[in-house]
Amino acid sequence: MSELWKYLLAFGVWPGLLCAAPLGWLELWFMRKLVARLQGRQGPPFFQPFFDFMKLLGKETVIPRGVGRGIFLALPIVSLAAVTAALAIVPMPGNPIPSLPGDVVLLLYLMEVPILCEVLAGYVSRSIYGQVAAMREALLSLAYNLPFLVAIIAMAQHVGSFQMQALQGAPFSVVHVVAGLTFLLALPARMKLNPFSIANAEHEIIADSHIEYSGPPLALFKLSHAIEVVLLTELFAVVFVPATPWPLVSAVLYLAVGIAVLGLVTLLATSTARLRLTQAFRFYWLWGGLASVATMAATLVW
Amino acid sequence: MSILSRVVAIARRKSPWICRLNAGSCNGCDIEITPLLSPRYDAEQLGIELHGTPKHADIVLISGTLTHRSRKAILDIYDQVPSPKAVVALGSCPASGNVFAGSPTVLNESLDTIVPVDVWVPGCPPRPQAILDGIARAAKLLEEGATRSQLARSLQGQQAQPQPQPAQPDLTQPELARCEQGRP
Ligand code: SF4
Repeated sequence: MSELWKYLLAFGVWPGLLCAAPLGWLELWFMRKLVARLQGRQGPPFFQPFFDFMKLLGKETVIPRGVGRGIFLALPIVSLAAVTAALAIVPMPGNPIPSLPGDVVLLLYLMEVPILCEVLAGYVSRSIYGQVAAMREALLSLAYNLPFLVAIIAMAQHVGSFQMQALQGAPFSVVHVVAGLTFLLALPARMKLNPFSIANAEHEIIADSHIEYSGPPLALFKLSHAIEVVLLTELFAVVFVPATPWPLVSAVLYLAVGIAVLGLVTLLATSTARLRLTQAFRFYWLWGGLASVATMAATLVW
Repeated sequence: MSILSRVVAIARRKSPWICRLNAGSCNGCDIEITPLLSPRYDAEQLGIELHGTPKHADIVLISGTLTHRSRKAILDIYDQVPSPKAVVALGSCPASGNVFAGSPTVLNESLDTIVPVDVWVPGCPPRPQAILDGIARAAKLLEEGATRSQLARSLQGQQAQPQPQPAQPDLTQPELARCEQGRP
């Protein structure tokens, strides 16, 4: 019974929903504020992402004609549940879940689910724009997943274990640096930020694959994106930043690293324009591929 | 009023997402919306976001004189906006037809006869400050539950009666409306 409670605690409270949602809103606000300041604007007030979420909760849901009601409403819930479960696995300081053998595989699988949900959301919406967005998302995920997966798998290879805690506790080495850079290469596309914001190109295809969503389902999709941002930045911090023996220091360090990474990708996003799908694809298969080879080579050498 | 609905009401004022609808505008009004998002006026301070799809919008900005062909589009778009919603009419055109009044391709009626308008922003074109003010007023109405679609809904809920038809606009004095064209 106590095991079950631990899992529920990790999923619902820390590092799950209850703590990750405010953290995600904080990070989203930070990104929006930074973009605004870089553009010479004032930017949104601090509680903006929270207000956006609450407002969407209070709106009506319009379901387009001919769309399966069940799947239309289930997709955002599945997406949110998957990212929260993925975040619950990450060994943040104070995470009550015991480390499982092979949880890296589970984490990588769970992190694919929101992308799958987004692709499906675009296709079931019966909107041409949504379908184009879904197609772009699906194709782009084939590209950026190469460096992303290799960065994590190389770390596992380096440590010799598919366990998050082993990855976290590994002594710092050159592999961390190379794999971390490879991870950072994939990060903007994973977050759908600017040079790779091809799937949510608001000028060409109006919105991303959530174009037909409104009200609470859209709010859940936005929340799941916020938690995904937390998940990605904290995953970077946990895997590539050396852990300290003091949990509180580690927590602060992880948070600081997460914010710094966000600042970096936001800087990139504000200073670049959107690429075409073919360009992004070529970039990831060429440079991402080279970075992946370098990472794998580093694990063999060091 | 429970605390949750209070928070949702405040959130409606703090996060008005807008969607533009050009119903036959000369583009003068539409081009005045762009500065809103620029560093000078920075609508994001009020939480205003421009969205391309009516499904994400709370406030529809309708600009331009109403043509025979745009009538159905206006109704269509308006129906797609999930309630609660507000309508802001930009410029003198939706009210009176402005300089296009009397043309055979133009619908010689006010926007009010098609969809319930909550805020009129006069001017030809209105200045960005005026548009910003119009959006802020519409957001305030949304918070109070006092937009015309919200009122009609609550009436419907109380009496289970068909929605009252919007009042016929007073078109006897088109010149008066035309005089309202804002000059900087
Ligand atoms: S009000 Fe003036 S600026 Fe606006 S659409 Fe009409 S004619 Fe153009």
